[in-house]
Amino acid sequence: MTPALSIRDLRKTYRNGHEALKGIDLDVAAGDFFALLGPNGAGKSTTIGILSSLVTKGSGTVRIFGHDLDREREAAKRCLGLVPQEVNFNQFEKVIDVVINQAGYYGIPRREARRRAEECLTQLGLWDKRNTVSRQLSGGMKRRLMIARALVHRPRLLILDEPTAGVDIEIRRSMWALLRRINREGTTIILTTHYLEEAENLCRHIAIINHGRIVEHSDMASLLAKLEANAFILELRRPVSALPEVPGYRLELRGDRSVLATVPTELGVHGLFDALGQAGIEVASLRNAANRLEQLFVDMLESSEDDI
Amino acid sequence: MTYRVALQTILFKEIYRFLRIWPQTVLPPAVTTGLYFLIFGTVVGARIGEMGGFSYIDYIVPGVVLMSVITNSYMNVVSSFYSTKFQHNIEELLVAPVPDGVILAGYVGGGVMRGLVVGGVVLAISALFADFHPVHPWAVAAMLVLTATLFSLAGFLNAIFANSFDDISIVPNFVLTPLVYLGGVFYSIELLPDFWREASRFNPILYMINAFRYGFLGISDVPVELAFAMVGILILVLTLAALILLRRGTGLKT
Repeated sequence: MTPALSIRDLRKTYRNGHEALKGIDLDVAAGDFFALLGPNGAGKSTTIGILSSLVTKGSGTVRIFGHDLDREREAAKRCLGLVPQEVNFNQFEKVIDVVINQAGYYGIPRREARRRAEECLTQLGLWDKRNTVSRQLSGGMKRRLMIARALVHRPRLLILDEPTAGVDIEIRRSMWALLRRINREGTTIILTTHYLEEAENLCRHIAIINHGRIVEHSDMASLLAKLEANAFILELRRPVSALPEVPGYRLELRGDRSVLATVPTELGVHGLFDALGQAGIEVASLRNAANRLEQLFVDMLESSEDDI
Repeated sequence: MTYRVALQTILFKEIYRFLRIWPQTVLPPAVTTGLYFLIFGTVVGARIGEMGGFSYIDYIVPGVVLMSVITNSYMNVVSSFYSTKFQHNIEELLVAPVPDGVILAGYVGGGVMRGLVVGGVVLAISALFADFHPVHPWAVAAMLVLTATLFSLAGFLNAIFANSFDDISIVPNFVLTPLVYLGGVFYSIELLPDFWREASRFNPILYMINAFRYGFLGISDVPVELAFAMVGILILVLTLAALILLRRGTGLKT
């Protein structure tokens, strides 16, 4: 099956001499939900800029659903929808015009464009705002408008560059639900985000980029399996003054009802619960102390710094 | 079909933009040129007498119309395309499968339309002051469209290189305006001393105004064929330059 995206030895050096990409190889399968992660300045935006023809590449090849971005530029562009990081629509245009005009650039006649604009704006909960001048929308609505605009030509590959940055939890959750649905319906999605919880929840495959190089490229489950230990916060039913020693586990009392527990992957939590139960300590609830992917992400970035 | 829809979309957007803000785009040239006709034509012109065998107001009408066309075509494209860059919504076009030629044709078409609309309004106002019957309507129509196209292209190039709103006002204020005023709008270069008359022949706008005046009155200070050839060549050169710059992504891509 033709991959949605295939990148080989992609390089980019800006005029100021900054080498943003140092030879990237990346494959994204059709239908995947893919996370491209990395710290600020790692090369994520340059990569996305090249894929969406906003940045000129230095060398290397990019194929979108088999279409070479140099030789079959228009066919490649038709497959791609982009939701950029910053608002980039004409803020003096009405919401519906932003979407209809974008459809027009893809050659969709006005009548059909209007029908699709209604479909996309309804899907994103913006149909009621169709005649509002877009600068009057809230931040979350502007992001949803950019998603509606990116979907109007029904792209096979949707790239979202930090789509939920700065939006509140409720909108973020509703956007996650929407993206899952779009992905289920067959659209391949590549997502960059600083919220690692978002990547862990949504994505099946992941690449981590640092200093212009891919430092990790695997499926999410294998990546998380690399974790040697998980950290949990245990809330206790009754206050305690001290904790027992439990072999293999590291326990740290925080206040008198909270425990930070480091649990080795091979031991699991059941042994800890049993040991605490025998000491008369009852656990009321348990939650992750930090996002699991976050710990791996930091570890990988640190080890890639060591390699430089 | 695909490109036609894309071109229509850009054109429609551009035309709608300048019509929506008509108090900023169409009204000011109408008021300014009305004042030109009132002051230079009626008040001062009565004392000047004839020029080139015509009343002074009849003589200046073609130049004043073309001056509005030049300024408005240029300003429409330079301000619209630079704003598109400034707001980053040029990315909507760069991401989409729109060929460079269609982007150029869309913006230049918008500039030509504004030039023609403003030129038509100014011509209508001039009819209140002057009595004219174009001698060569084909020359009037052709030079109107060609001049609007040329200055729309020039505005597009200015917008490509502009990095600030200051950069889009430098050329109109310090290059275009002097060339237009010294291009024979209000006088025949035959009235100038030898040096200035010969110097004026290096001003391309002189040729456009005279060819346009030839269409209205049948008189010109320069060979009309040369004027059309010059405008045609300039359009070709600027079109080529704009397409090369778009292809390279100059001023648009990093």
